[in-house]
Amino acid sequence: MESINAKYVSQKISKTRWRPVSHSFLQQPDIFASGSWDNEHNKISFWSIGSHGSSAMEDGFEGEPQLLCEQKHDGDVLDLQFLDQDRIVTASSTGAVTVFRHHQNSQTISIAQHWARAHHYPCDNAPCTGVVCSSPEIVTVGEDGRIIVFRADQEGVVRVIENADSSTIHAVTYLRTTEILTVNSIGQLKLWDFRQQSNSPSQILSLSGDRVPLHCVDRHPNQQHIVATGGQDGMLCVWDVRQGNTPFSLMEAHSAEMWEVHFHPTNPDHLFTCSEDGSLLHWETSSHSEMPSFLQGGRNSSMMSRSAMAPAGGNQSLISAWLSGDCSKGRLETSHMLPSQTLSVNSLDVLQQCLVCGTDGEAIFVNRQVPV
Amino acid sequence: MYNLPKITSDLDGKHMGFAWGPGDILVYETLHKASGASGSGSSFIHEVRKDEDIYSPILRKLFNESHHIFVGLQTIREDLPSKSRKPQFVSISKNYRSVIRACMEELQQVAVSTKDGEASVCCLFQVSILLAIELIWNLCEVLFIDAAPAGSLLLHLLDWVRLHKADVDEKAREVLQSDSPAEHRDYWDVVVSYVLQGRLDEARQMLMKQATLQPAARNMYKLMDTLGTQTLTEFDVKWRHWHEEVDRCLQDNSFASNKHLEIICKLLLGDEDILLDHKELLGTWYHFLVTRLLFCHPTVKPAELHYYAQSCMTMFLDSRSVPEPLDSILLAAFEFDIHQVIKDCSIALNNWWFVAHLTDLLDHCKLLQSHNLHFGSNLREFLLLEYASGLFTHHSLWQLAVDYFDHCPEFGRVYLELQIERVPLDTERKALKVLRICEQRQMSEQVRSICKIMAMRALRNNRLGSALSWSIRAKDAAFATLISERFLQDYCTRGTFSDLDLIDNLGPAMLLSDRLTFLGKYREFHKLYEEKRFTEAAKLLLSLMTAKIAPRSFWMTLLTDALPLLEQKEVIFSADQTYELMYCLGELTSSLNSEATGTDRPMQVRISTYSLNPAQITVCKIKAF
Repeated sequence: MESINAKYVSQKISKTRWRPVSHSFLQQPDIFASGSWDNEHNKISFWSIGSHGSSAMEDGFEGEPQLLCEQKHDGDVLDLQFLDQDRIVTASSTGAVTVFRHHQNSQTISIAQHWARAHHYPCDNAPCTGVVCSSPEIVTVGEDGRIIVFRADQEGVVRVIENADSSTIHAVTYLRTTEILTVNSIGQLKLWDFRQQSNSPSQILSLSGDRVPLHCVDRHPNQQHIVATGGQDGMLCVWDVRQGNTPFSLMEAHSAEMWEVHFHPTNPDHLFTCSEDGSLLHWETSSHSEMPSFLQGGRNSSMMSRSAMAPAGGNQSLISAWLSGDCSKGRLETSHMLPSQTLSVNSLDVLQQCLVCGTDGEAIFVNRQVPV
Repeated sequence: MYNLPKITSDLDGKHMGFAWGPGDILVYETLHKASGASGSGSSFIHEVRKDEDIYSPILRKLFNESHHIFVGLQTIREDLPSKSRKPQFVSISKNYRSVIRACMEELQQVAVSTKDGEASVCCLFQVSILLAIELIWNLCEVLFIDAAPAGSLLLHLLDWVRLHKADVDEKAREVLQSDSPAEHRDYWDVVVSYVLQGRLDEARQMLMKQATLQPAARNMYKLMDTLGTQTLTEFDVKWRHWHEEVDRCLQDNSFASNKHLEIICKLLLGDEDILLDHKELLGTWYHFLVTRLLFCHPTVKPAELHYYAQSCMTMFLDSRSVPEPLDSILLAAFEFDIHQVIKDCSIALNNWWFVAHLTDLLDHCKLLQSHNLHFGSNLREFLLLEYASGLFTHHSLWQLAVDYFDHCPEFGRVYLELQIERVPLDTERKALKVLRICEQRQMSEQVRSICKIMAMRALRNNRLGSALSWSIRAKDAAFATLISERFLQDYCTRGTFSDLDLIDNLGPAMLLSDRLTFLGKYREFHKLYEEKRFTEAAKLLLSLMTAKIAPRSFWMTLLTDALPLLEQKEVIFSADQTYELMYCLGELTSSLNSEATGTDRPMQVRISTYSLNPAQITVCKIKAF
């Protein structure tokens, strides 16, 4: 694994995210943001890995992340997302939601917007556990079971769904532009439709059997009904939200909590998961050979609009390899991406061919040659 | 060592009070009178941290990286023959050392670049400590881990000295870059330093800058190059031969013209007085030792080292100067007294990091005799426990300590059990991580107590779903009962259920406690009623009482729920069922004898009225058949 190296950063990393790159240039990502947790003084930091082919930095590894700037953050960074090229949103353990702006010219960070105690209990702070954004809208969820919608440019709150859940909501993701999906600690996926005024979910899905808390969720980039979740028992579940109440496939992935699951944004036959057991897995499914490649969605997704994905005929030909059940029959390859066992891998992000992850061993790993 | 402000002289009766903490001491000012009650002084409490190192951001990298190496070391299989394990141990030792060096370099950079004078001093101080640590570790690696035999021992010692005397290269660079290197004032110093370090090739290259090069010198150097490539006896013979030749060169004054070359010749013969003349170039007594061995006893055996070490140290250090801790540690190492080395290092350093990791590595190399301490555990375990306990006081590094405790077979688990409960649980995410640590080690008591803390917190904040999720994790039936009681209370006061998303989707968790099962079933009854499936609803309701799933306290509510079913036009309860209902009521009233409220009398009457309704009886009679 020569292409992966560890950088020790003296803070436990809770989240790492690549800065989005513009699709038109197909450039490799070069900047990522990280958030720390469990420190006396937590920080968010921006790092650069330089572009391919640039001169090596001193005598260190070429491409070792260099710190660009950092900023103090109140409370653990429980989630972090890029709003656009310059701004990130963080979810804090104090219940606050903050938008930070990264000034590239001066390499400084300033606070653009701050909603203190967005998530709270009557007499106490409630950590904000997840944030997802689709500029300028920001949706956050927390241990208080609330779902809050903000707009990045407005100071007030746009909408609050009180008591959306009686247990902690661990993660949230967009299903469509007006629908979100949340997962909670009693093992349920809930669909929320913002076009409706009611404060109840439009659909609830859960595993039959033990109510294992779910910690992460991610939607297939091209096929909006396919969703992957991971939970406390380390099982990877792939769901089809249109059909039925139970997941389509269940795969044993990790021996402890799965913290994050990500489909590769442009190559969704690849999935990545990371876990408390210190491993980061790369899942690769081979797609049906009968399916013409342009319908598989992956290679040229940036040039195809969503409507092109649903042919007039049935949905048969679009059965994704994830749902075909072949997952359990050996057409699924899994490989470990980290050289050896580490402390918990809390977060990962993958873009183009670059993967970044952060661990409780206070290390950040960057791999610039992910085989996708 | 620190002067605490404001706690000054005891002339006015001011004294210092203190209390021990896990990693620090709390100190406060107090007025102590010889007789009578003692008063209080200033209202400040000072916290004195005894281990500042774990809070330094650069040194944190040392702790994290070495933890990674430590865990890797523990997994090396014990059953492999020592021949294949030794290179692994040497490589691990080099890994540790490279981590130390990386930290040193970073601290050096910060010390140079920072504008804060105090921070710079602090960094430089830490650099000097790390330098000493790496020096000691390197020597231990050479002598104990690599355990080089005579011959290669000297080569390793030479490497050791060269690594820690890097200023020669800097000076050499300076000299070479000047216009006429041979005239540079440091020229001869550089040549002599190279000779002292046994780097004869480089010395020869430097000498070539000099016009007058003695051809005889070339022969001298050539022989030294072959050091270590032959067997010991062959080498010994050749070396003696060479030594005689050098001596002859000196005796017949072939270098008499050039004072410098004569000095070099004497050095090559290992002349002690000349060596001592170059104290500044040597710098340390151990450099002197190695150089002397190089030119007098290159085939020195490990067991003979300590004779030379002691004498060199005595010769080098003035009788006035006192040996520093570092010197006695190195001397102990040359004497192969591992325990003394560890003991001295423990005293000299303020952090257990070094001794813990070194001892652990030496233990794996099977170099430590089992040395039973008063506390019953062996030296390695004692040091690891001390180190890990120190880590546990850190708000973030406690996670590393867990792995250290894991590898202390005797007391590690006990220490971990005590410490893990003290970790503050601010967020669910952190609690989950702590829980996972406890579950993996089957610490069921800690699991239960953590889950209970989180569940109580959730309950206080009215997060019933979270509370239930925690009790499921702990398989805590008692708490699940408590939560169900809360739900039922809510229902009684408000008439509706809260958190339907939870109750409707309990799944197998329902079986965790009877009360929870009742809650689930009761909700099911309501659903059946809403869907107008009255017969099934009635059957369920009755079974809740007859199967004793419902708590006695709730029976009144259930019986009240039965009333609308009885009031229906069509018969819902069969005769048997009605009798059962009455039986339940009877049981209820008899058990509530003394506290019977007035309401159950009418209840009884109502039920009997309904059941004695002739039409119903007729229908019931028909049903009974």
